[in-house]
Amino acid sequence: MTEKTIVKGNVTGKVLKSNQPINFLGAIDKKTGSVTDQKHDLVGKSIKDCILLFPHGVGSSVGAYTIYSLKSNNAAPLAMACQKVDLTVASGCALANIPLFILSSSEYDSIKDGDEISLG
Amino acid sequence: MELTKEEEKSLNGEHGEALQTAYRILSATGEATNAEKLVPIHWAHVSGVNYNTIGDAGEEFLANLSKKAKFKVRTTVNPMGYDKDSVKKFGLDENFVQKQESIKKSYEKMGVTPSFSCIPYEIYDMPQEGTQVSLAESNAAIYANSVGNLKTNKESAFSALASAITGKSPYSDLRKDDSPTMSVSMKVSEPNELTFGLLGYFAGKIADKSVAISGVKNLDKRCNKSLCASLGTSGTCGKFVLDDNSDASEKVDFDEKEMQKVYDELNTAESGDLVTLGSPQLGLEEMTDLAAMLKGRSFKKRCLIFCPRAIQEQARHLGYAGQLESAGCELLSDCCTCLTPLVTKKDADSVTTNSVKGAYYLKNSNGLDVNLKPLSEIVRDDTS
Repeated sequence: MTEKTIVKGNVTGKVLKSNQPINFLGAIDKKTGSVTDQKHDLVGKSIKDCILLFPHGVGSSVGAYTIYSLKSNNAAPLAMACQKVDLTVASGCALANIPLFILSSSEYDSIKDGDEISLG
Repeated sequence: MELTKEEEKSLNGEHGEALQTAYRILSATGEATNAEKLVPIHWAHVSGVNYNTIGDAGEEFLANLSKKAKFKVRTTVNPMGYDKDSVKKFGLDENFVQKQESIKKSYEKMGVTPSFSCIPYEIYDMPQEGTQVSLAESNAAIYANSVGNLKTNKESAFSALASAITGKSPYSDLRKDDSPTMSVSMKVSEPNELTFGLLGYFAGKIADKSVAISGVKNLDKRCNKSLCASLGTSGTCGKFVLDDNSDASEKVDFDEKEMQKVYDELNTAESGDLVTLGSPQLGLEEMTDLAAMLKGRSFKKRCLIFCPRAIQEQARHLGYAGQLESAGCELLSDCCTCLTPLVTKKDADSVTTNSVKGAYYLKNSNGLDVNLKPLSEIVRDDTS
């Protein structure tokens, strides 16, 4: 079903979908998983325990540590799925063992915020 | 991605846990970028040094990794959280200092060159043009590709760390093909470093891996660094080329109106309670230049200047450091404006800076308001 698996895993959960790229270092609280960037469409929401759909990661290379920290602090998403994968998200998920998928654009568009889905 | 037999063995853990971790990271980044193989790299620069950014999880990860891993190629490192010479003045708690020291020791144990700088390209000789390197600090990666004609992707903290340990990187994206698919035309007249910072932030949001910039003849050091830093902040772009005749399929104008939009997104204060300069850290040329601009003048408020230790030592030797201090500047080494624990809401409500990258992180990570203006206006308004 998914176009490409970057980090393996089987997950079922509720989708949190964003239309904006995420700068993990600048926009996410690594202790709680809350989105803190006032300009982001997910501001105030938590990415913990959801299947996080977003176009791709942007910005600081240290965002990979934010992803690793989220996992260590039990505040990580169950899985992430993107339209394209950048090195920060790919390496952060690989080290933290968070399943990561690249979706085709039709698949990405068909999944809505709040949907219950299975990936992997 | 095709791995050699030896690489495969390392991925399966036959050569120890550290190499297995490193190859796991490279496999993921290789898959993500459709690489067909790994290639040798000759210099790595790792980010993830500041305790403020990597936290307890990062500190523990590095302490553990350093028991087993050694860097295989020359590896420089990004700034950490403070300058040990003045750390007492800033009242950081003991836990912060302890954790930061642990991170520093872990990197040293793995064999790092202790640069603690985001501008290694201004401290060390650059490798020959065309050399494959792996740089995690985004401004450094963009500078290396765009000015130094080196080959790196916009690496992450972990992908560069994995390259430092293995001496390899996936052969993909900018390492292979760096032709821009988008061209941004500079339509703002008499641009200064802030204009280029705003253009970079604008271009980063819309460009993919590489962008052409037209309407610009050449860039001085300050404008160049400002552009590299902001381009790396807002997107995934890892290279720019100055080219008026780009055959990029998409062409976009950066005019006064677009500039104002980006400015209004990042500028949130009319003035700052203090001034920070150095995101990226200042090099010798910028310090010399600033010392000349400040001749006979003195800052009316606190002004923090971030620069590499090696540069501060040179500037001190040449007399510029003393001149800057006489004008009221505080020089800080080994750390940077970006994600600094030294400027918090306890110290100020708002900060003045000429750095778009600095503005983004001061606002989003430190929670401070930012007054953005070019250095010439900072000197005009905030000194007498």
